[in-house]
This record gives sequence, C-alpha cells and structure tokens, in this order.
Amino acid sequence: MIRRMNSPAWFLTPYIVLFVTFIIIPVILAIGLSFTFFNTIETPEFIGLRNYIELFTRDEVFMQHVLPNTIRFAFIVGPVGYMMSFLLAWMLAQIPHRPRTLFAIILYSPSMTAGIAMAVVWTVMFSGNATGYINAWLLNWGFVQEPVQFLQSPEYLMNIMIVVSLWGSMGVGFLAMLAGILNIDQTLYEAAYMDGMKNRWQEIFYITIPSMKPQMLFGAVMAVVGTFQVGAIGVQLSGANPTPQYAGQLMVNHIEDFGFIRYLMGYASAVSVFLLIMIYTISKVTFSLLGEKD
Amino acid sequence: MAKSFSGMKINPKRYHRSQLKFYMILVPMALFVALPIMFIISHAFKPMNELFAYPPRFFVRVPTFNNFRNLINLAADSGIPFSRYLFNSVLVTVIGVFLSILFTSLAAYALSKLKFKGKKLLFEINTLALMFVPIAVTIPRYLTISRLGLIDSYLVLILPLLAIPVGLFLVKQFIDQTPNEVIESAKIDGASEMQIFLKIIVPIIAPAIATVGILSFQLIWNDVVGPTLYIDSESMKTLSFYFSTLAALVGNPVAGQGMMAAASLIMFVPNIVIFIFLQSKVMNTMAHSGLK
Repeated sequence: MIRRMNSPAWFLTPYIVLFVTFIIIPVILAIGLSFTFFNTIETPEFIGLRNYIELFTRDEVFMQHVLPNTIRFAFIVGPVGYMMSFLLAWMLAQIPHRPRTLFAIILYSPSMTAGIAMAVVWTVMFSGNATGYINAWLLNWGFVQEPVQFLQSPEYLMNIMIVVSLWGSMGVGFLAMLAGILNIDQTLYEAAYMDGMKNRWQEIFYITIPSMKPQMLFGAVMAVVGTFQVGAIGVQLSGANPTPQYAGQLMVNHIEDFGFIRYLMGYASAVSVFLLIMIYTISKVTFSLLGEKD
Repeated sequence: MAKSFSGMKINPKRYHRSQLKFYMILVPMALFVALPIMFIISHAFKPMNELFAYPPRFFVRVPTFNNFRNLINLAADSGIPFSRYLFNSVLVTVIGVFLSILFTSLAAYALSKLKFKGKKLLFEINTLALMFVPIAVTIPRYLTISRLGLIDSYLVLILPLLAIPVGLFLVKQFIDQTPNEVIESAKIDGASEMQIFLKIIVPIIAPAIATVGILSFQLIWNDVVGPTLYIDSESMKTLSFYFSTLAALVGNPVAGQGMMAAASLIMFVPNIVIFIFLQSKVMNTMAHSGLK
C-alpha cells in the first residue's frame, strides 16, 4: 500500500479537510452571516449591509469604547511587544549559550501560560482590597490611604491589560528572531567593520535587521496575531463582560457579548468580519513598513 | 578595530566583560517575567492561614499540598472525579498532538517537494491563514461544528485544533532545506513518495516535528473554548475546563486563590517541561521560519 502512495492527495487531504472545515468555512460563514439577522432560533434573514451600518452609526459602545480601546491596545502591545522581542533576542545573542538558553526559557514561559491559567496571579496581585500585593505595598509605603480598585476602575484596567499582555508577548516570534540573529553569517559583521562601520547601532540597522528580514516579518505577523488573540484578557481580569464602564472592552469581547450573551449572531459576525479585516490590514501595513527598510 | 570587534561577537563562546551591560538589562527583565510564575508556585503551596495573611507574603513559609488536595476533593464533590478530567485532558492531548504532527508534516512534504497544480496558491492561502485568529470566528465555528453533529464528542476537542497554519508553515520551510538529490536517488531506487517521506524525511525533520508538537500541545492542553462550548456532558470535559470554572465553584475568593494557583501550576508544568526538553530543536526550526 505505502509502496504505491505517490499522489499528493495522500499527503494533503487530511490537512486540507480540517483547514477548510475549521478555518475557511467559519470565515466564509462569518462573512455570510454578517449580512443577516440571526438569533440562532429562526433561520437567518438577509438584511444587506444593515449590521455594518448599525455598527458604525448606531452602536455607541462600539464607536466610543470598543474601537478606540482595541486600537489603543493593539498599537501599544503590538509594536512595543515586537520591539521588546527583538531587543531581548538581540541581547540574548550577545551572551554565551548556556545563560542564553536559560534566559530564553524564562522569557518565553509566559506565552505558554494561556490566559485563564494566569488570571489568578493578576487578580491576586491587583486585588482591590488590602490583601492584594500591590495594594498592600502601596498602603505599607504610604502611597495611598485606602486600597485602589485596580481591576474595577476604568482608569487602571486598560493599563494593567497592556502590562499583562506585554508580559506574555515573547512568543514564537521572539524565538524566531533569536534564531534569526544567531544564524547571521559572522563574516558579514567583520566585513562591515572593515568597511568602516562604527558602532553597534549601525550594526543592528545595516547588518542584523536586513540579514534576518524574513524572521522579522514572521515575528511581525506573530506579534499582530498575538495582540488580537489575547483579547479576552480584560474580561478575565475584571471578571465581567462587559468590563467596568467598557474600559477594557476589546473587539473580541464585543463579539462575545453580542453573540453569546445577546444571541445576535448576525451582528456579532459583522464585528468578526471587521476584526479579521483589521488584522489583515494591520499586517499588510506592517509588512510595507518593514519592507521599506532595505 | 579588530580588537574592539572581538569583544562584541554575536553568539560568543564564553563570558566577557563587555557582556555585562546586557546582563544588567536581561537579569531584571527575566526577574520581572519570572515573578508571576514564582508567585504561582509559591501560592499553590500556601496553607490557608498564609493565604489569608495580612500583610500578604510573597513566598510560602510552611508549604503544604492542601490546595492540591482541595482541588481534587472539590472535583469529586461536584460529581466528576479529578482523575476523569485528567484522563480526558491527557487522552485528547496525546491523540491531538500525534495527529497534528502527522497531518502537518504530510502536508508540508507535499507543499515542499511534490509537484501538483495549485501548490503555490495553497501555500499562499496557508500563509494568509497565519493571520487567522480563531477567537474572532467562535460563532461560525460553533455553527459549523454543530451542523457536522460533532457536539458532545471527544472528536470536537481535537479536530478543530489540528490544522495549525504556523505549524505547516514552519515544517514546510524546514523541509525546503533538504537537498533534492537525496529524494531523487531514493526515487531511482523505486521508493514511493510515501516511503521517502516516512524513511528519509521524517528523521531529518525531527526538530520541526518537535516544534509542531509543542505548538499543538499548548493549543490542545490549554484549550478552554472546546470543552466549554462544544461539550455538554460533564464526564467528557477536560482539566482546563474544570480549572476555568474554579472561580465560580469556590465560594470564598481567598481560599479559592490557593486552589487556582495550584490549578495554574498543574496546567503550566507540562508546558514548560516539554519546552525545556525540546528547546534546542525549536530553535533549530525557528532558524528557517522566515517569511519571504
């Protein structure tokens, strides 16, 4: 049997079937449903662009909170996380193998602790009463008179979400960039110094980054995707959807709110489609930004 | 010039004074990153009086296994023995990781070395899917799954997580490095593509396989969406699901913290152990990860 397996179909079928069923079809279905009114009980009713019109003109929560929150969150966590990944990877490449491996494992480990598993740390750290670690310290040192409601107050929630997400942002992209830096041909540097390169900044911009551009791009995609993937964090931290005064409400929570709490699946799908388009656009823009550097 | 260069080499063999500045940034960074994880470890072993202590202490003084014991008892009280959740988790993870590795590397071989129509397009679609965020299409995914009649079966905990575009991408890039001559000469000897794949390619791509294994392990072992949305029978739910409901199950939030920390630790330890064992293979794979 195995002796006669030459057709690509033997190799591709399982993956393609699963890929189509669980990735392609849901995306197409989301697009289709976004043009309908669908409450999960009755059959979807075609209503054209009404969901999208509603989303951009009538949905105050979306325009005033969800969209600005998502943009703010993504534009901080994405680029900062990406730069942190690169700089840490670069520094790790400057030290010997053993300590490097140890540091790499430590830095990568948060990205293995999928959201829920770690929510407890942050809820205890930032707990709103005196048993919360941060509050206990602040009280102890006299910075505050009474405990701060970190996770329930709109002014802090978003910032805590950003810190927590950055904490976990050294993922696959970080490892890729580290491997990329380590694989750069050593003689390139030597040649560049011969040609008059003066310092390490020049080294980074003229040799390191251009030589590992493929890994930089891969890291960028992973950074963008990672940023939107952790969308549920605000709800985990505050323990409520919607988050207090919508302070930590991101697109993903909005989808869940309308889809699984209000059962407006058509509307939720419109938000999904908008989110996918947004991720795609941001990735493309990032690509062209990084592409301009050479 | 040559003198200054020797001091700042990439991937140095041993410690040099000039590296000190990097350690000065890396050590605090690593501490900051490791702090929450150390906290989980410490908190998981705290007895009740230390959990309630004010002012709170970071490190445990008198470690106990009570939190773990409570975690097991609470599961039994709510009707499903802890061992059942554990069994379910291990079952779906082992089967899922195996299948994911198999399907991904098969497809990667085809995309890398076989000739067929639409190959380039297929790889481009997969690369586009790197940007796919499953959480965005939770609803249509749910509809697809329920239409397929997969609700409330073990399969539903595995199948949706098997196709990992990043995994296929990484393995394909890795196989690209294998010289065609090896494959050609095997073909002359009369080997089929599948034989070449099993006998020649699989041993060579072991690092990439390990990497896919890790990615898939993390996806399946940590998955909460599957058991929450697609499974109705309590007896088929997994550890990750049980742990995600802890906050609601335990009335007292402070007492619950110890158990939640213990739960987080149980979830985290397999991840980190596997990564530590396979990290050199992962790094090897990542060297070929570039998007061109």
